Amino acid sequence: MTPNPYLWLIPVLPLAGAAINGFFGRQSSKRAISTVALSFCGAAFAMALWIALTFSSASAPYFLDLARWIRSGSFNVDFAFYLDQLSLVMLLVVTGVGFLIHIYSVGYMWDDDGYYRFMSYLNLFMFFMLTLVLAKNYLLMFIGWEGVGLASYLLIGFWFVKDSAASAGKKAFIVNRIGDFGFLIALFLIIKHFHSLDFTSVFQAVAPMAKETSGAGLLTAIGILLMVGAAGKSAQIPLYVWLPDAMEGPTPVSALIHAATMVTAGVYMVARSHVFFERAPMALMVVAIIGTLTALFAATIGIAQTDIKKVLAYSTVSQLGYMFMACGVAAFSAGVFHLMTHAFFKGLLFLAAGSVIHGVGGEQDMRKMGGLRVYMPWTFRTMTVATFAIAGFWPLAGFFSKDEILWKAYSSEYGSWVFWLLGVTTAFVTSFYMFRLWFMTFFGAYRGATARDGHGHNDHGHRHGHDELHESPWVMLGPLVVLAVLSVVGGWVGIGGRFEHFLAPVFQSGGAELAIEAADAASKTTEYLLMAASLVAAFLGFALSWTLYYLSPAVPARIAEGLGGLYRAVVNKYYVDELYALLFVKPVLDGSTEILWHGVDQGVIDATVDNSADSARHVSDNLRHMQSGNLRSYAGWVAAGGAIVIAYMIWMGVR
Amino acid sequence: MVPLTHYLLLSGILFVCGVLGFLIKRNIITIFMSIELMLNGVNLSFVAFAAHWHALSGQIFVFFVMVVAAAEAAVGLAIIIAVYRTRETLNVDQVNLLKL
Repeated sequence: MTPNPYLWLIPVLPLAGAAINGFFGRQSSKRAISTVALSFCGAAFAMALWIALTFSSASAPYFLDLARWIRSGSFNVDFAFYLDQLSLVMLLVVTGVGFLIHIYSVGYMWDDDGYYRFMSYLNLFMFFMLTLVLAKNYLLMFIGWEGVGLASYLLIGFWFVKDSAASAGKKAFIVNRIGDFGFLIALFLIIKHFHSLDFTSVFQAVAPMAKETSGAGLLTAIGILLMVGAAGKSAQIPLYVWLPDAMEGPTPVSALIHAATMVTAGVYMVARSHVFFERAPMALMVVAIIGTLTALFAATIGIAQTDIKKVLAYSTVSQLGYMFMACGVAAFSAGVFHLMTHAFFKGLLFLAAGSVIHGVGGEQDMRKMGGLRVYMPWTFRTMTVATFAIAGFWPLAGFFSKDEILWKAYSSEYGSWVFWLLGVTTAFVTSFYMFRLWFMTFFGAYRGATARDGHGHNDHGHRHGHDELHESPWVMLGPLVVLAVLSVVGGWVGIGGRFEHFLAPVFQSGGAELAIEAADAASKTTEYLLMAASLVAAFLGFALSWTLYYLSPAVPARIAEGLGGLYRAVVNKYYVDELYALLFVKPVLDGSTEILWHGVDQGVIDATVDNSADSARHVSDNLRHMQSGNLRSYAGWVAAGGAIVIAYMIWMGVR
Repeated sequence: MVPLTHYLLLSGILFVCGVLGFLIKRNIITIFMSIELMLNGVNLSFVAFAAHWHALSGQIFVFFVMVVAAAEAAVGLAIIIAVYRTRETLNVDQVNLLKL
């Protein structure tokens, strides 16, 4: 393609928007703030579309060196951007979904006092996310990586006067640091062995290396450490605990950062580093196992949650697990495909949930909803599309991407029927809890008190004057409809492996071509059988929740009672938070209090200062009495001193 | 001929008398006189050494000391008179306005 010298504008535009709103937003009108935020974000989206139009699967990657950064001997890192098919897909998802969520936020956050702050943070997030996606080297990617973490922290703790929001923000930040630790060590290993952080030169250096089939070597170590970083950012076992808590943030944030874009950064990073993983089967195995376990584990927690956003949060963790499952069987394009469709339908689910929360006046507990399809027809319609899409019904987006992953999990050379079986089970559970949410929210009778009682509740900062259940304004419904359309058609780009072909140049160095060949060669009947199995799983999930939550809503409580301890464990998220508190938080707290605070700080540092000051004062107290102000006592001291000197001189025999 | 030691002993006794008077007495005039006594004790030792070593410099020093002592007496007595006029006392322990 013709090099596009304006590529740098894409991340910089939202940064400008963030700066303008951040510095001048306090004085501006809300209309002006919205205009700035939307136009800068929209301009970035338009730029991305324009670039996409001139880009095809045949295009070579395009570099843009902006400025020198680090020059140290032979080690160079520059501010440089890199555009290939993979970053283009991410670019479109981030700017597109991001722009829609910006529009939605105008309606959702309009009445909030921190409106300008919110819009500024959103734009700031866009800047860092686009930097992450477009970076040409690991270090610039790391800047974006940390930057989105910062934006995430700011937005989770957006309502910082609420204690739970502030601590959720801190939790997200700290858990992410653990992942970043792994990521950084991986980068150090790369610097040490390849003397560069630039994607092209590192991958060129890795390409001729042999597969580490027996035992673990350098590439395995790098791969696993990168996966540690990805597990932090993308909320995988064992670092997923921050994501459900992150729901303390405003709902558009949950949609944009904690569902559609930021949490997929880990998937992007693993896909970008596919060169390492393809040569390290053991690292791939780790990725696949973590992904599969997370998918199933989080999905089961989702069954018993009653907070509408918490269900979606665990669902996000679970879907991210699918993406890592795909990456773990070296089907990176399938993972990225699911990343894209997931951005559509999960963004939509969150926005629709936000619309529901908005409509019922801030209530998030699904037990106090019900029957909302009458009051909020458009929210209901779009949510229905999203629910069917995530459950994997044909021909919606989720079906194609999930099926691609399950097929690869079965057929890939790294795959196995175990992954497939767990994946299908997860699909069944996903379908079950999503339809549970759907039935509990939109069907039956409204179970809440009057909406007025729910006002000022929990997540919702609004103090709008509506008293009864109401549909959201069109500025919020518009994005819902667009995302609903995308949730329907978004999967069609994958029919016949077109999406995979589009990404093929990126993953070419590995086995992508081979995988496509293998897929063609493999028995089509098997593929259709597996496809039917996952459809059946989705339908079973639907049927089960239809029976339990629509036909006989009294049954689930009895089942829960019958399950006893198991149910309590699931409701309490398997006590993972408590376990972490006991294993990690408490030792750190106790160690800090007892050893560092009482021991080192008070016992050593403070004691040193205090004691030296005390002893100085004691000595001075005594010396003070010499200085009586009595002239003759001074003379006496002089005389005594003279006498001592003379006595000394006589004693020593000085002439 | 009186030996040098005798002069020095007398000089030392005079000096110590001056020191003790300075330390013990409270009257400014007495203190002042004690200072003169110390000066003269030193003067005596200067003169004795000068005679003993046949060196004139000691005697010249004595003249300097006497000049300085005379000047000091003039200034000191003036200060004492001024103090007495304002305080109506010559007790040093009561002249302690500068004491903290």
